Amino acid sequence: MTDPAFLTVSNLFVRYGSATALDHLDLEVRHNELFVLLGASGSGKTTLLRCLGGFVRPDAGRIVLNGTDMTALPPHRRPVNTMFQSYALFPHMSVAANIGFGLRQRGASRAETQQRVAAMLTLIRLEGFGARRPGELSGGQQQRVALARSLAPNPALLLLDEPLSALDQALRMDTRAELVRLRRELGISFVLVTHDQDEALEMADRIGVMQNGRMVQIGTPAQLYETPVNRFVASFLGAANILSCIVGADGVSVGLPALGVSVRAERPGVPGPGLLALRSERLRIGGTVQTNQVEGVVTGCVYAGDALAVMVRLADGSMLRVKRSLADGLDSARLEPGSPVRVGWQPDACILLPE
Amino acid sequence: MRWVIGLPALWLLVLLAAPLAIIAVIALAVPADGIPPYDLGFSLDNLWLVATDPLYRDALLRSLRVAGISTLICLLMGFPMALAISRAAPRWQNALLLAVMLPFWTGFLMRINAWIGILADDGLIARLLGTRLLYTDAAMYIGIVYTYLPFMVLPIYARLSRLDPALMEAAADLGAPPWRVFVRIILPLSLPGVAAGVALVFVPAIGEYVIPALLGGPQAQLIGKVLWDEFFANRDWPTASAVAVWLLLVLVVVPGSIVRVIRWLRRAHAVSGANRRAVLGSTASLCGFSAISIFLSVLRA
Repeated sequence: MTDPAFLTVSNLFVRYGSATALDHLDLEVRHNELFVLLGASGSGKTTLLRCLGGFVRPDAGRIVLNGTDMTALPPHRRPVNTMFQSYALFPHMSVAANIGFGLRQRGASRAETQQRVAAMLTLIRLEGFGARRPGELSGGQQQRVALARSLAPNPALLLLDEPLSALDQALRMDTRAELVRLRRELGISFVLVTHDQDEALEMADRIGVMQNGRMVQIGTPAQLYETPVNRFVASFLGAANILSCIVGADGVSVGLPALGVSVRAERPGVPGPGLLALRSERLRIGGTVQTNQVEGVVTGCVYAGDALAVMVRLADGSMLRVKRSLADGLDSARLEPGSPVRVGWQPDACILLPE
Repeated sequence: MRWVIGLPALWLLVLLAAPLAIIAVIALAVPADGIPPYDLGFSLDNLWLVATDPLYRDALLRSLRVAGISTLICLLMGFPMALAISRAAPRWQNALLLAVMLPFWTGFLMRINAWIGILADDGLIARLLGTRLLYTDAAMYIGIVYTYLPFMVLPIYARLSRLDPALMEAAADLGAPPWRVFVRIILPLSLPGVAAGVALVFVPAIGEYVIPALLGGPQAQLIGKVLWDEFFANRDWPTASAVAVWLLLVLVVVPGSIVRVIRWLRRAHAVSGANRRAVLGSTASLCGFSAISIFLSVLRA
């Protein structure tokens, strides 16, 4: 944490024809952090990554890395490497030649390259695979070779474009932890693009949520999840139940006019009409009477393996999704459709959002 | 459903293998006065004559040189064209490809005759340059390169357009300046297309006799013209067939060695399984194509 703003992107603007891909975007990435760019497809996150790599020349704005303005530098002059979504391994070269490519281009000697390639192969646990061709490796092995190739030249900043999207679920879980561990060991900054919220929450030191070419919110995973700034962030990071509400003058008394009840929030919102977001895992069915509660009817249950989602219809017809723990087994969590229930929650579970 | 595969095999047998066998039989026959102008037999005289007589040998060597130079020019012109087309905006690519293939809309002889007008002594180009063009080697090369350039451009384009752009970006990302991206990534990965293009130009160019006859000088004979003359002017079918047999041998040996060279080049770059298959595929198509073109040139003769 020597330099808080290791990478500074200011006022970045990119237009493809008449479509604006990046709309005056600002971003700071710190030294030694894993920063995740999260957004739906078309949000501009890949364009931003390509700007950092030098593949897209911005129409306006500046990119400064470690005090050096990189905005006008072509890709081959940037101290930045990219791990491509398709891996882009050179099919006509061996694994060792792939990993050594960047070193050779930057003038490393043959012996030096060999040594570093061997070290990288050890790092990704593919010793003895140096002579293979990329086509002879499994998807997971190719992914590791691509990672090693982009890390071999020891970049100041590593860009990863959906690095886990081509892996199957089980492998993806392992690789997340692996990437985080690797980054800590190497002590360099990663900027990782993904559309997978779980991936973002689990791996990131900080997340930047993008929408329509803008940065909507930047923060730690917990900050974004607990205190999203708007409906988009609230529903993009973890599903949220969203109800229309009217926030009282004190900011914490919240009226739900459609249900004819009033609840209390802990973190004050802006007085006036707004939205109340409730995470399904913070809701509880039955139990002791709580400060905040509404009545409803169970319409069905969705079994998700690690939890049971109970769908509850409220008086105005809106639906609440309530996550029930399976700590006492599936049978005690399951509720019959049609049974009336009371859904309650703590004041600090209220997330008040602007309309 | 097996018979469906048998059909093309039958086609090849009837239209390729059988005529080749007939040519081989005639090449071993003895010339005679009559119809047909040979007596069946087993004589190596014709093959020996064609191999040793300077007339045939020089014509073959000259044809090899002409085809080689033409192929080289086509490659030097065709590769940048193919690269440019593959890099053009998608909506332009089809228009540019159409432009490459547009000459095929007009008959071959018409186009060569048009070149006679363009290259004539009182034509624009000859006047601008202040030199004779028509009925020289230069005119012949212009005609051959003009005719066969699309056969070089198309297979190279097909290869280049399938290259993942991320490969080029990855190379640049790892520090390779544009020229090294070309040398290390684009060129080696386009070699199968180059091999196909070289074969598609070299093989028909070696048997070419119409363009040299219409545009080139009268001085030296090419093997295609010799073949024609033996068949039609001299009515010496056995000698003509012997020429065809030798030409076929040359055409199998030359592309074979080209493939060797490419293999060797690729080994320097290390070959992936997929690419090895591509090289094998182009080898097979090289052999197939040379056989077909021999057959066609014999058919034309």
